Amino acid sequence: MSELADLYQEIILDHNKRPRNYREMPECTCSAEGNNPLCGDEVKVSVRLDNDTLSDVAFQGQGCAISRASASMMTGKTKGRTASEARALSGQVRDMLLGPEAAPPPEVGDLAALSGVRKFPARIKCAMLPWHTLEAALAGQATATSESGD
Amino acid sequence: MANWDLQALRSDFPILGSSVNGRPLVYLDNAATSQKPSQVLEAVDRYYREQNGNIHRGVHYLSQVATDAYDRAREKVARFIGAPSPRDIVFVRGATEGINLVAHGLAKCWLKAGDEILLTRMEHHANIVPWQQAAEQSGARVVVADITPSGEIDLEDFTRKLGPLTKVVSFVHASNALGTINPAREVIRLAHEAGAVVLLDGCQSAPHFRVDVSVLDCDFFVFSGHKVCGPTGIGVLYGKKEWLERLPVYQTGGDMIGRVSFEQGTTFREAPEKFEAGTPDIAGAIGLGAAVDYLDATGFDAIEQAEQKLRDHVAPRLREIPGLKIYGDVEAKVPVLSFTMDGIHPHDIGTILDTDGIAVRAGHHCAQPLMKFYGIPGTARASFAFYNTTEEADALVASLRKISKIFA
Repeated sequence: MSELADLYQEIILDHNKRPRNYREMPECTCSAEGNNPLCGDEVKVSVRLDNDTLSDVAFQGQGCAISRASASMMTGKTKGRTASEARALSGQVRDMLLGPEAAPPPEVGDLAALSGVRKFPARIKCAMLPWHTLEAALAGQATATSESGD
Repeated sequence: MANWDLQALRSDFPILGSSVNGRPLVYLDNAATSQKPSQVLEAVDRYYREQNGNIHRGVHYLSQVATDAYDRAREKVARFIGAPSPRDIVFVRGATEGINLVAHGLAKCWLKAGDEILLTRMEHHANIVPWQQAAEQSGARVVVADITPSGEIDLEDFTRKLGPLTKVVSFVHASNALGTINPAREVIRLAHEAGAVVLLDGCQSAPHFRVDVSVLDCDFFVFSGHKVCGPTGIGVLYGKKEWLERLPVYQTGGDMIGRVSFEQGTTFREAPEKFEAGTPDIAGAIGLGAAVDYLDATGFDAIEQAEQKLRDHVAPRLREIPGLKIYGDVEAKVPVLSFTMDGIHPHDIGTILDTDGIAVRAGHHCAQPLMKFYGIPGTARASFAFYNTTEEADALVASLRKISKIFA
């Protein structure tokens, strides 16, 4: 039960129920659609870049609590950062889920709630999909898949 | 049912006694693959330990023993589905390969530009994509019959779309995603009246009730060994004799040839050998033979009664869970219960059930057009087999109630 409680922490359940920045962004400067071909999860991430700063980040799509919470937290956490800072944060999340077990670095803040996912290998792709999609959007690619990277 | 000893039956399946995440395994993913009784495991093991030789080519003792065992498996499978002759049974890797073999062949020998291939919206991807490929190769067109909201072929729409251009009808006997059973005999009769050749996908019917291809009158029937308590990697394509003769070869190589010559060209053997190039899955076929023996000995009357009892037990308890919706919730179906819960994604349901040792499938069940029809990304699917217990069904219900609370 404790692993399960680690996975579905209150903050994850809250972001799942009330996802932040869940909206279209007609004025976005770049966007990408990510999908997990194994489970059919889909997420669209939209970004408005002002110079090199992510002045707005939003998402839409359908997915499990883990991918929704990950996407929701990601939008809040990357807003106001530069593109390279956002990419670095994505790398830290990836390390937290896939790297050697360690205390989550302080930079990730609330995203540390995702660390419970590492005990559920089948679900790591769910948590990473929004981040792959954000990176694809920043790289000017239209699509991302959970099969890339990791 | 008089002699139904569930505990004795369960003890035939070693894996059912195992633990998952510290809980007794509750295996409710039988529509994905069934568990295997010792009788099947032992038949495969015995082949490798005592009978291992290649078939149809040696003069030596083991080759003959293996050949006899392989041929006997073909006879058993033919009897299992009511095929007129063992020669009508082609061993393939699984239902997917069976459908690919037929679609590939019909694209070459039967379908022409402008023809129509009639499928339904409730097909498994394995009964969609090979036909899209066949259409591309032949210039034919895939037409899709609608289904009813309760998850059965809409016969009115099917009849409307069936016409002189319809050359192939391919549809599912029992839905893997919903458990609903299609009126196969009626659909096959209509298709034949229109002049179409018919393939019936029996992956989810063969494990649950007696199939008789002679009564159904389908031209082709496919099922997978691993869903009927047999090994993975072996499946069955039944074809009417005239159609197996007519279909061109699929894969080519050893064992399927009459004579190979650089000067005079190559000739092929008759069906079924002409479709079984190379060394087949001999152990798999023998294991499948043992599996159909096991199901026959258990008896489909008893299997159907046991599964009906499980369904009658669990369905009303599932319906009582707030926000839970069962898809294809009809009276006559195989014991597959596909459901969603308001505000809870199927994957989260699947993960939490797994922590309680309960195995279900979550997702689109390789039936994305069907999920689109219902406007959902996927479902959680609990699929039962005759060896499941009402206590296991209760464990599912209790765990789902817990999930309801976590996400409340």
